[in-house]
Amino acid sequence: MSEVKNNPNINIDDLYEDVSEWRINTGDIKIVAKRLPGGFRTLKWLGMSVWSILFLGPYIRFNGAQAVLFDLPQRQFNIFHVTIYPQDIWMLSLTLLFFAILLAAVTSIAGRVFCGYFCFQTVWTDIYTWIEGKIEGNTPQKALKFSKAPWTINKLSLKALKHGLWLLIGLFTGISFVAWFTDAYQLWDDLFSFQVSLTALIIIASFTGGTYLFAGFMREQVCFWLCPYARLQGVMYDQDTVLPSYDAERGEPRARVKKGEDFSTRGSCVDCNVCVAVCPTGIDIRKGQQEGCITCGLCIDACDSIMDKTNQPHGLIRYASYKELHHNAPVVPLYKRFRVIIYGLILLLALSGIVYGFTHLSPTEFKVIHERQPLFVLLSDGSIQNKYTVKLLNKTKNTIKVHFDIEGLEGAILHGLDDMEIEPGKVVPVTALVRVHRDQLDADLIPIVFIGKVENSTIAIRYESMFMSPKQ
Amino acid sequence: MAENKNKPTQVGDTGHVWDGIRELDNPCPRWWLNALYLSGLIVVVYFVLYPSLPLVHESTKGLLGWTQINEYKEDLAKVEAKRAPFDDKLAAMSVNEILADQDMLNYAIGSSKVLFGDNCAACHGTGGAPAAGAGYPNLTDDDWLYGGTVDEIEMSIAKGRQGNMPAHEKLLKPEEVDQLVKFAVDSSNGVTNEAGLALFNAKGCFACHGADAKGIKAMGSANLTDKIWRFSGDEDQIRHTILHGVNDASDKLTRVAVMPQWSQKLSVMLQARAYAIADGEDPDEIDWTDELDGTEAERLSETDIKKLAVYVHQFGGGQ
Repeated sequence: MSEVKNNPNINIDDLYEDVSEWRINTGDIKIVAKRLPGGFRTLKWLGMSVWSILFLGPYIRFNGAQAVLFDLPQRQFNIFHVTIYPQDIWMLSLTLLFFAILLAAVTSIAGRVFCGYFCFQTVWTDIYTWIEGKIEGNTPQKALKFSKAPWTINKLSLKALKHGLWLLIGLFTGISFVAWFTDAYQLWDDLFSFQVSLTALIIIASFTGGTYLFAGFMREQVCFWLCPYARLQGVMYDQDTVLPSYDAERGEPRARVKKGEDFSTRGSCVDCNVCVAVCPTGIDIRKGQQEGCITCGLCIDACDSIMDKTNQPHGLIRYASYKELHHNAPVVPLYKRFRVIIYGLILLLALSGIVYGFTHLSPTEFKVIHERQPLFVLLSDGSIQNKYTVKLLNKTKNTIKVHFDIEGLEGAILHGLDDMEIEPGKVVPVTALVRVHRDQLDADLIPIVFIGKVENSTIAIRYESMFMSPKQ
Repeated sequence: MAENKNKPTQVGDTGHVWDGIRELDNPCPRWWLNALYLSGLIVVVYFVLYPSLPLVHESTKGLLGWTQINEYKEDLAKVEAKRAPFDDKLAAMSVNEILADQDMLNYAIGSSKVLFGDNCAACHGTGGAPAAGAGYPNLTDDDWLYGGTVDEIEMSIAKGRQGNMPAHEKLLKPEEVDQLVKFAVDSSNGVTNEAGLALFNAKGCFACHGADAKGIKAMGSANLTDKIWRFSGDEDQIRHTILHGVNDASDKLTRVAVMPQWSQKLSVMLQARAYAIADGEDPDEIDWTDELDGTEAERLSETDIKKLAVYVHQFGGGQ
């Protein structure tokens, strides 16, 4: 260091002037965010309430069974009256695509909406810190006083209460998650009779521990250092994206307010620091857009309340785009933004695919697999035989009786494929032999159609395969 | 340290400078440091529990006594334990009983693929159809030299098969050979050839191939009237078979057609049971100490042969 200091050409202080503005939160200071009421706070509660589906959803019944059940052992997803088998899993990829693009679209319009209002990390952290604030004090001063206080029975029991509540929430989170994959009521029965499976137990324990650790202790550190979405979402901003921003032009020069002061000669910011105090990740929004900002808007609520007290208009901190703040440019409507249009189109495509999938779910899955070794067999009477493995999956809820036939090949005889009864959710592989006399074949590759007729039903089963023979 | 965070210039550095950029000595995030220490701890625990340090002759054993080969053996034992009830059940069933039981049939077919690949596919091909012109019997068609019922297939596997046709090079005149070749081709195509048939009978071919030239199952002789050729339908190849025979030790050019014996023991047992049934006796009452002397060779177990018989029967040509 001395070497550098002695070099007159390098002014270290200049070099680090910008950097010194950054406060890098490495987790050694516990953030105790002040809680203020306001529009965005209400919005956050609303966003958070979506998660009640996680806790309540598994208990909804439909036709005597769990309405939504992701039944992994049976390899089927039951969603109300629809049953989705692995064969229909392409719909899941479209669903994932839909939500991935939705994340991108929303982010490009209004920033990290997911982080601020829906993300399980920020939502659970919000609940945990709310409990902590109620028990240990909801301002940094009260919290510090509590932690410095001597270890009395009272402090111990308050600590135990906090950790107990945290663990209880974690436990419910784990149980609720597992309840989507197994019958929810049975799960509670098993839990109370100590018969729950080891897998379920491990998952519940991991969720309890994970929630306790991440929401109780890691908190904003997850957003800063662990979360890939936080890094990913930043790149989806452009200059038209509206974000909670500090209007520096209006706010600066900031100064503490004196009684009866006229704001026309100075900046609107009274340097009360309440925007920093309410921030759940502990950043100062007045330093501009930064990685720690989860765009929850709580600083907007806080600043507006101060503006009210100082008789100034709202919006010193507000949702505004870069162009609006720096170029006074008007807001570009959504339909004129290329990014939004493209995202919208992909969303529409994915959505129509999902809708198509759900409305066109086939009640059966029919596959005819041509034997590869050998492709054909010459029989003693000179006819050619092809062997097929026929697989029919019954996706209906009833046993079906199927009669098979072949079409498209003159003189072909079907052997070994008798009428079949197939139980719901079952697939039975059966060998079918098709024989044609050599004289009736005019090509070495002829399309052949396997058809199944389901008794007392309109279900149509059809599969196009090939009949192969030696070169003529 | 935390109070220095807003003033990076006041933090100590490591003394490393590149183009005026100093490497500061800021602390790592605490959770990251803890994770680092924890992973170090895990390494130590791992070294104690598992084989780790290489010594002169072998590595340290570790407290758990874990080895790769043991894990493999345990997994193999698990698979075998899963199969055991099926194999036990299979051992007590006849091949016909297996064919009638869909579950056992699926198990027999499923577990025979590797068995067939290891022991049979070298000649008969992986799907039961040998390479064209290779001279091995096709197991997927409906033409069987020794019979195509599952019992007969079981017997063929257990006993092994060796075809037999004398070389006729010294016994027939060339024009007689030509005539017989034409007769064979005509028979396969369903064309009547009176002169050929007369020669066929005169030269004693009927003794093995039968008066109708359709072959005799007990001898394993080829059916000359169907579309399937034991070796080849090519005229030169038919001539070769007639001239040099099959498995005729006196002729160096003879065709070699040998199916090895896979279980002498099973073939003796199957034969004894067949005789007992033919004599109207109960095959379960046979006193095996009379029939077997304990020296019978077994290349494959009885259960494996049963599985293979069922597997071959299901290729599509079983009767």
